[in-house]
Amino acid sequence: MDQDRIRNFSIIAHIDHGKSTLADRILELTNTVTGRDMRAQVLDSMDLERERGITIKAQAVRVEWKGHVLILIDTPGHVDFTYEVSRSLQACEGAVLVVDAAQGVEAQTVANAYLAIENNLGLLPVVNKIDLPQADPDGAARELAELVGDDPDRVLRVSAKTGQGVEAVLDAIIERIQRPAGDPDAPPRALVFDSAYDQYRGVVAFVRVVDGEFRAREDVLAMAQGTRFETEEVGFFSPTMQPAETLGAGEVGYIITGLKDVAKLRVGDTLTSQAGPAAQPLPGYKDVKPMVFAALFPTDSDEYPQLRDALERLKLNDASLSYEPETSQALGFGFRCGFLGLLHMEIVRERLEREFDLDLLVTAPTVAYLVETPTGERVEVHNPAEMPPDRERVEEPYVRASIVVPKGGVGQVMELCNERRGRFDHMEYPSPERVLLIYELPLAEIVFDFYDQLKSRTSGYASFDYDFAGFREGELVRLDVLVGGEPVDALSLVLHRDEAYARGRALVDRLRAEIPRQMFDVPVQAAIGSRVIARETIKAKRKDVLAKCYGGDITRKRKLLERQKAGKRRMKQVGAVEVPQEAFLAVLNLDEGKR
Amino acid sequence: MSGTVRHLYVHLPFCAHRCGYCDFVTVVGREGLHGRYVDALLAELELERAVLEPRLETIFLGGGTPTLTEAGALSRLLGALPPAAELTVEANPETVTAELARFLREAGVTRVSLGAQSFQPRLLTVLERQAGPDDVRRAFYHLRDAKFDNISLDLLHGIPGQSASDLERDIEEALALGPEHISYYELEAKPGTRFTHAHGEELARQAEAMEGYFELVIEQLNEAGYRWYETANFCLTPARAGGRDVRARHNLAYWLGRDYLGLGIGAVSTLGAERRRNTPRLNTYLDGLDRGESPPREIEPLDEDVRAQERVMLGLRLDIGLPFAAAKRSLDHAALNRLERLGLAARRAGEDGAETLVLTPRGRRLGGAVTAELLA
Repeated sequence: MDQDRIRNFSIIAHIDHGKSTLADRILELTNTVTGRDMRAQVLDSMDLERERGITIKAQAVRVEWKGHVLILIDTPGHVDFTYEVSRSLQACEGAVLVVDAAQGVEAQTVANAYLAIENNLGLLPVVNKIDLPQADPDGAARELAELVGDDPDRVLRVSAKTGQGVEAVLDAIIERIQRPAGDPDAPPRALVFDSAYDQYRGVVAFVRVVDGEFRAREDVLAMAQGTRFETEEVGFFSPTMQPAETLGAGEVGYIITGLKDVAKLRVGDTLTSQAGPAAQPLPGYKDVKPMVFAALFPTDSDEYPQLRDALERLKLNDASLSYEPETSQALGFGFRCGFLGLLHMEIVRERLEREFDLDLLVTAPTVAYLVETPTGERVEVHNPAEMPPDRERVEEPYVRASIVVPKGGVGQVMELCNERRGRFDHMEYPSPERVLLIYELPLAEIVFDFYDQLKSRTSGYASFDYDFAGFREGELVRLDVLVGGEPVDALSLVLHRDEAYARGRALVDRLRAEIPRQMFDVPVQAAIGSRVIARETIKAKRKDVLAKCYGGDITRKRKLLERQKAGKRRMKQVGAVEVPQEAFLAVLNLDEGKR
Repeated sequence: MSGTVRHLYVHLPFCAHRCGYCDFVTVVGREGLHGRYVDALLAELELERAVLEPRLETIFLGGGTPTLTEAGALSRLLGALPPAAELTVEANPETVTAELARFLREAGVTRVSLGAQSFQPRLLTVLERQAGPDDVRRAFYHLRDAKFDNISLDLLHGIPGQSASDLERDIEEALALGPEHISYYELEAKPGTRFTHAHGEELARQAEAMEGYFELVIEQLNEAGYRWYETANFCLTPARAGGRDVRARHNLAYWLGRDYLGLGIGAVSTLGAERRRNTPRLNTYLDGLDRGESPPREIEPLDEDVRAQERVMLGLRLDIGLPFAAAKRSLDHAALNRLERLGLAARRAGEDGAETLVLTPRGRRLGGAVTAELLA
């Protein structure tokens, strides 16, 4: 196809500013989806995504408009998936940047705009929801123009809900977004910007063809990994899978690889033809590094194999998920998982619980620490229980946070950031009413309740986004919790020295309340190394008897004992102390409550 | 031909009023049916007689309120029972007149278990008991006057509103009567009962304060010369009972894991590899036996393992414990070692020199948890 008639674009927006609704309207206007098939937010295929109003997996949908082929590459909307967003952005030439007319520019708008600019994309600013009574299209347009360095008059105004102005957006995509570059006659090269796994068809690669063309039944080589396969089918989504003869330069579509192992084809690789291969691969992506870690244990230890299978299956469609087996004395067999961020962790957990029907116990999220031992060795620690006792220094990951807040809330936000060991960088004024604050914060400080605190201290008006900013040294200690003198590995934490006392006290108090009294006194302690910083004692029970037992009671009493016995089996053993699962849950929820 | 069972339980369900905390099979009203019920009991006895030895070791008439049973009917029943070395009847204080006491003694009753529960009027009201403290004392002396030399008092601790000094006063009053035997139970408020509905919150509030009551009871009764021979049962030591062993022989049979036959509605029998429970429904019971049929029963098969486990569960309630050889197969031996280290269980030589498994006093106060841990 003539590259002049192709436009590849994304829609990027702050959450709930109307990205999916605009995509729906575009599909409808271009008759890609008939009214009868129209389902609100058709691109979000998973229920979970629909509920959360976000999209996890990028998908490319091809529509036709005024003799042109427009390919909409959907992107995830959350900071955790910045990596995937930037991957998707590399497959297109332009982005429609959507802002809610009532909300104006938000933190994610800023982050997304910067990301698009970094990727050399043309930006098409659009103010959405102009039909809302509280809309301020002119104000939002001014903020948006300021952000992208454009004239407010060039900002389009639409209502994706009613369809008003959407045709003009399609026209502007053709006019203002560049045609794809690339040489149709050169040896074929295509960038794999995403992949999915289908249980019948194997690995499906989402590709952006840069040079040449690809067709079915062709021998293909993945240049970085060296994987060879024969393409089974090529095609595009419109919005369902449509097989095509060829995928040519500038086009975005899918290739069914027939590969049964998702690890054989890495996202970011370049595909070329085995017969006439390209000399150079396309610039790829850097490997994504998980930043947030937590261990997942099945509440019923018999479900360990199911958890393992479920993680394997999730991993097929989520290359950014990493996991390795972990054994906890208290919680048994589980996995320590690495996530891109907190939302990613929540989504994985929910999918495991909902789609795989698992009951999980999740430890407090932690970040990756870089530890230098006295021998000069540097190790990366993902599990607080594995933090070496002797350390020269510990570095923790920092993020660069963008926070947009109405002027009146600046004080509260700065206070929160200071409490969280934040370092002020600078301030910007996207509009007279609102302030953009840039802070550097330890990631560990935001994996707890930072976002909730931010929302509650600004009555919900602040928005927040972050990007990783590297590792910095910190005064970090490992806090252990001991029950009956035995450390409970799953409850160890790494935290800043100044917070250790308060958290240690809270953990000890909570455990004392949650662990039932035993047949002996049980000390519960929080300790840094050998120094106990908080201590409580669970006093021994004084009586536990079945009051009377005569001829007519024996069966019932025996069953009571059997039940008591079964209850004990469900208990987790910490040394000689029996701790109900609920106690761990309660302590872990302490963190959740804080988050 | 005769059988080998030497313990017989007979259930007499009739009561004037059902107390809020009671969870026995009882029948309130239906006075006209006492005669017919006793007929049915005797018919059931005839159907089952083959399992019994001709001379029994113990018979226990429990209720309900056995002494509420109409005099003629009760007399007929006592007259028709097989001979037994110990014949116990449960009695509620308000039913015990001088006449009834004499009648029981003459009918061959050797032991009376008197349901006192408390001596505090306020607490008796909470329990919905009909008798006041004076009725308890009067009943006790009527029984003594009729030459009963083996009387047991039933008492409760953990009654809603009961303070530690209430409990101490109860113990004092009970000791002042000098009973041979005392059963001291912790009140069990079963979830969902009328009683729990009315008093559950108060009990929850008091739970911590009441935790020491059991210890207090054991301590004071021990001091007064009573032997704590079963979790909730105390009796005078032989030195103070004229050389007699005044443990409840019938109940001891349960705790030693022996077979027993139960007659009447809701009555339970344990016979070899089977436990059965008669229908708790009065009419069904009466109709069946009118036709000469055994009453409908729930049957629970008991294999050797279960009987052995029960033997441990019951035996550990006793101060004498049980032969280690009998317990061995049912035990979690790692748990036993742990509990021995914690000073909750012990192995020692028994009276006959054989190794015995016992719980220490603290182990007995935690008997439920300890037993659950010990059983494999």
